[in-house]
Amino acid sequence: MNPSLLHDAPHAAETIVLGKRFRLPNSRSIDTYLATEGYQAFLKSAGMTPEQIVDEVKASNLRGRGGAGFPAGMKWSFVPRQSPKPKYIVVNADESEPGTCKDRVLMQYDPHQLIEGILIAGRAVDAHRGWIYIRGEYRYLIDIMDEAIAEAYARGWLGKNIQGTGFDFELSTHTGAGAYECGEESALLESLEGKRGVPRIRPPFPAVSGAFQCPTILNNVETFAAVPSILRMGGQAWADLGIPKAGGTKLTCLTGHVNRPGVYELALGFPVRRMLEEVGGGIRGGKKLKAFIPGGSSCPVLTGEEAWELTMDYDAMAKAKTMLGSGGVVIMDETTDMVKACLRIIRFYQHESCGWCIPCREGTLWLKKLLTRLDEGVGSAKDIDLVGDLADNMLGRTFCPLGDAAALPTMSIVRKFRHEFEAKLAQRSVSMAGLPQLVSING
Amino acid sequence: MTFSPELEQRFAAMAAKYPEGRQKACLIPMLMYAQDETGYMTEELKEEIAKRLNISVLEVNEVVGYYTMMRKKRMGKTHLQICTNISCLLWDGDKLWERACAKLGIGHNEVTADGTISLEEVECIGACSWAPAIQVNYDFQHNVTPEQLDKLIDDLRKA
Repeated sequence: MNPSLLHDAPHAAETIVLGKRFRLPNSRSIDTYLATEGYQAFLKSAGMTPEQIVDEVKASNLRGRGGAGFPAGMKWSFVPRQSPKPKYIVVNADESEPGTCKDRVLMQYDPHQLIEGILIAGRAVDAHRGWIYIRGEYRYLIDIMDEAIAEAYARGWLGKNIQGTGFDFELSTHTGAGAYECGEESALLESLEGKRGVPRIRPPFPAVSGAFQCPTILNNVETFAAVPSILRMGGQAWADLGIPKAGGTKLTCLTGHVNRPGVYELALGFPVRRMLEEVGGGIRGGKKLKAFIPGGSSCPVLTGEEAWELTMDYDAMAKAKTMLGSGGVVIMDETTDMVKACLRIIRFYQHESCGWCIPCREGTLWLKKLLTRLDEGVGSAKDIDLVGDLADNMLGRTFCPLGDAAALPTMSIVRKFRHEFEAKLAQRSVSMAGLPQLVSING
Repeated sequence: MTFSPELEQRFAAMAAKYPEGRQKACLIPMLMYAQDETGYMTEELKEEIAKRLNISVLEVNEVVGYYTMMRKKRMGKTHLQICTNISCLLWDGDKLWERACAKLGIGHNEVTADGTISLEEVECIGACSWAPAIQVNYDFQHNVTPEQLDKLIDDLRKA
C-alpha cells in the first residue's frame, strides 16, 4: 500500500490543468479518463497532419519538463519523418533529480493522460512504438502503468488501428535498476538497449539516432502529459496560462523547510514569494530563508535574498544565473549548515557518476574528499579555493551534464556561503588550541 | 533453473516488445524481475539469463556491476532503505539513518545475523515533498518519525 501524494484540496493559487483528475475517485481508471475528455485530444490529432500537431505544440511554448527546458515542439520537428527507419517514442520516467517527485504524482493519479500524450507524439512523428523507462525504485508505478496500458489495449486505445483511425501504436514499460545517470537521455537509451547507462556523444541527437539507432522523441513524463491538454485547449490558449516564452503550468515540488511541502501545479512565471508564503505556508517555524534551489540539486544555489523577488520561469532563473530545472524546489532555512548541504549534494553526484568521463569521475571524488575535510573543520583555507577550482575544471568537460550538475551547486555554495566554510575551520582551530600539536614530517 | 509460471509468462511476452534482433534490451528487466524470486544476482541466475538472451555471462556481469538495485549478495527478508539526500536531510533523514543503524547494529548494505532485515542508505527515492522518506522493499513510507521507525523495526523483528 503506497501513501497518498496529495493534500485534500488543491491550493487556491494553483492553476489546475494536468492535475484535473488527480482528486477524482478511481482517477487512474480508463472509465474515469474517458468520462473526463480522455483520449479526445488523440482523436483530434488523428484528423490533423503531423505538421499541424508539431505546430500546435510549438505554439504552446511547452518546454521540456525534465530539467533542460528545451522547446518540445522544436525537438519533435527535428525527427526526420521521411527516414525509412522506424521512429520511436521514449518516455523518461527515471525521475531521480534530488528534490523532484512530480512524475510520481502524474503516473500514480493519471496514467492515461501520459499514454494519450505518447500517442499524440506518435502521430506527430509517425512512430508506432514506445517505451516508458521508469526508475526501478518506482516498481509500484510500473505496475500502475502496466495496468493502464493493459486497459488501453483492451479498450482499443493501443494496438492496431486505434479506434478506427488506421493508426497503430505499441507501448510498454521498461524498468530501470537504480542509476541516476540513466535519467540523462543518451544514457537512458543505452540502458534501454540492455547496457550500462553511460552517455553517448552527441551529435547525433536522439531525434536522429536514438533508441536502437532510430529516430526517437525522448521527453519527460510531464512533457508528454501536457500534450493532451495542449491539443484540447489549443496551443495558444495553453501558452497563455504561463508567460511569454514559457507556456502553461509546471508541477512544482516544494521540499525542505516550508510548512506545507507538497506537489503543486503552478503557472509558469509564478512569484517565488507567493510560492513560499502562500502555497508553502511560509518557512518552517517562522525562520528566515537562507538558501533556495529552484529545480533539483544540480541547479546553482541562490541565497534567500536573491530568491524572494524572482519568478518561477526559465528566463528569470537564467538571469539569476541558475535554472528552473525539474521543478524540485529545495528550501533551506537559517539553521541549515551549508557545508553539510554541499557535502551531501556532492556525495550524491560522486555516488552516481557513471565513471565514463574522467573530469566527472575524479572531480566528484576529490570534491567529496575536500568537502568532508572542510565539514570536519580540518584542512585549510586553501581547500576552500581548491573546491572552487576543481569544480570549475569539471564544467563543460564531460559527455553528459552530470559533471556540470555536480560542479554548479558546489561553486555557488562556496562563493555565496564561504563564511560558513571559514567559520568551521576557525571553530576547529579554537577547539584544538591547547591540545598537543601534530608534528609535520616535513618539519 | 526454474522460475514461477508468472515470471515465465512475463519473459515470454517480453521479447516481442523490442525490435527484432535487439532482444538484449530484455536484460535489465529480466534480471530485475528475476531478482524478486532469487533474492540477488546469483551465478546461476546470471548464467541462465545469458543463455536465454544468447549473450555472454561477461555482458551480464557488466550490467550487474553497474546498477545499484542489482544485488550482489543476499539481503534481508525486508530491505529497509533510508533516504538521506538533500530534501530528506533537511527533515532529519540522516538522524533516522543513524537511529536504524544503532538499533539494528548493522550499517550500509549489511544484514542482521538472523537474515530478517538489511539496511541501505539510499540516494533520492523521489519522495522529497514527503520527507523524511524510506522504502520498505518496494513500498514507500512518508514523513517517517523516529517512533514510527522504531515500531517498524520492532514489528519486523517479531514477524
